[in-house]
Amino acid sequence: MHRKIEVAQAFGPVVEGEALVSEEGFSPRYDLDRWSGLITKPGHRLEGTSIVDKICFFPTAKGGIAAGWAFYDIKWKKIAPKAFVFGVTNPVMVQGAIFAGIPITAGWSPQPRGVVKTGDRVRVDPARKLIEVLS
Amino acid sequence: MELTSEERAILAGQHGEAQRRALEYQLEVGRFWGAKRFVPVTSVHMMGDIEVMGDGGLAWLKAEADLGARCQVATTTNARCIDFAHCDRLGQDAGEVAKERELIATLRRMDVVTTDTCINYQTVYQPHLGEHVAWGDTGTVIYANSVFGARSNFESGPAALAAGLTGRTPEYGFHLDEHRRGTFAVQLAAKLADLADWGAVGKLVGESHQDYFAVPVFHGFHRTPTADELKHLGAALASYGSMGMYHFIGVTPEAPKDVNGLSERRVIGESDIQSVYAGYKLGDGDGRLVVFSGPQQSLLEMKKLAELFRGRKVQGHCFVTTNGAVLAQSRDLGYAQALEQAGVSILQGVCFYILQNLSPMRERNRWTNMVSNSAKIVNIIGAHRFNTILRRTADCVEIACTGKLR
Repeated sequence: MHRKIEVAQAFGPVVEGEALVSEEGFSPRYDLDRWSGLITKPGHRLEGTSIVDKICFFPTAKGGIAAGWAFYDIKWKKIAPKAFVFGVTNPVMVQGAIFAGIPITAGWSPQPRGVVKTGDRVRVDPARKLIEVLS
Repeated sequence: MELTSEERAILAGQHGEAQRRALEYQLEVGRFWGAKRFVPVTSVHMMGDIEVMGDGGLAWLKAEADLGARCQVATTTNARCIDFAHCDRLGQDAGEVAKERELIATLRRMDVVTTDTCINYQTVYQPHLGEHVAWGDTGTVIYANSVFGARSNFESGPAALAAGLTGRTPEYGFHLDEHRRGTFAVQLAAKLADLADWGAVGKLVGESHQDYFAVPVFHGFHRTPTADELKHLGAALASYGSMGMYHFIGVTPEAPKDVNGLSERRVIGESDIQSVYAGYKLGDGDGRLVVFSGPQQSLLEMKKLAELFRGRKVQGHCFVTTNGAVLAQSRDLGYAQALEQAGVSILQGVCFYILQNLSPMRERNRWTNMVSNSAKIVNIIGAHRFNTILRRTADCVEIACTGKLR
């Protein structure tokens, strides 16, 4: 079966990589260790997990303005993910990802649950507003 | 997006490479949000310090300045991470302190006014109804949209700076009428006598509506709220709910006449506020760190704190943050001296939350709890592994002067 998710908004080039699917929202300031790329916020459902080179699925965006520089910072440190796939996002995440040149999408149909799981290989195609599960 | 002839000229490089790159970037952001055009802005407020932008951000900024990047509209800066008068005592890294100086010099080269404040709306610039601005942090944006009726989205550091360089921002979100209408009603039946109570309202409403485009309509309050009260309400709504706007019937300029058109309604009473305070775990009972920050203190907050601390002595550590203008006037009026005589550390131009080296500072001082009257800072400082506790202003002072948490 060909599994895919349509997204409402998208930026960036086509990327392929390993999915990291979160049930909890994300902020690069509140949740992430910006030196290792590990999620370190105590109690986060992905605590101890690396986002480096992953295609990260998060239902919501958390955090304030300071998050805007954080994506460029982690890209500079070579610990950025390959793409961010958000259910709902906010302007700071989008401004930050575009500034860093990291593909980002928002709005998904259907929801990732049951379609894609952590470890799957996926392709994000922002121009076609499409995410495909490859394996 | 529809572009004006001037915007096409910018994209053709006729105003220099820095402006061209800035507008290209803004075009991508605008396309993502479906913006149809740009709107001119009159004021930009940006976040930019070495703690948030890192070495990569500083390198990028210096390259921009070298390209000739110069702000076209008044651009001011948000609170930063180093107080140069206190950095040694705080144990901040000398290398990062040097980078912060370099960063400030670079911003000034780009004609940025380094005000270093998150209360620009109280001390620097008050936009009027309908005025388009490009501001961040979130507390400044929600105040601009709600209390002034100005129009801004959350603009991150790079996005705000781009707006400063081009004098415009993509028209989406809170620049458009359709996103500025109230979406649910909140009746304020509690007394709300302290600033922390207003933050508690923001926490209750924000946590249950985590949505940038949710716009609460407050009504039914028994008196007129003050500017500082609306500041703490907005800062907490933005922090807990990622919200960018609220209405307050009879108070804010774009509020509806009544809440008749809103189907979702809730009431916040005294017991709701009490339940917020009761909800904090006291951890090991450590009461040695009390912080008045996030947002910075206004002159009237400084006055109140000076009255509460006068003649008393801080047992552990107590920090107050404010901006240069407020601190200078606080000295003229004797408030700063009263606080310092009580052992309070007044930090200038910073926010406690983004202090460079905060985690090592916490470890060195063996702080476990952080007590504050700001619901916002209580929410956002968790990544530094503090257990945080919201208390009313007078209770915070009592804890600071006795070391006893309650």
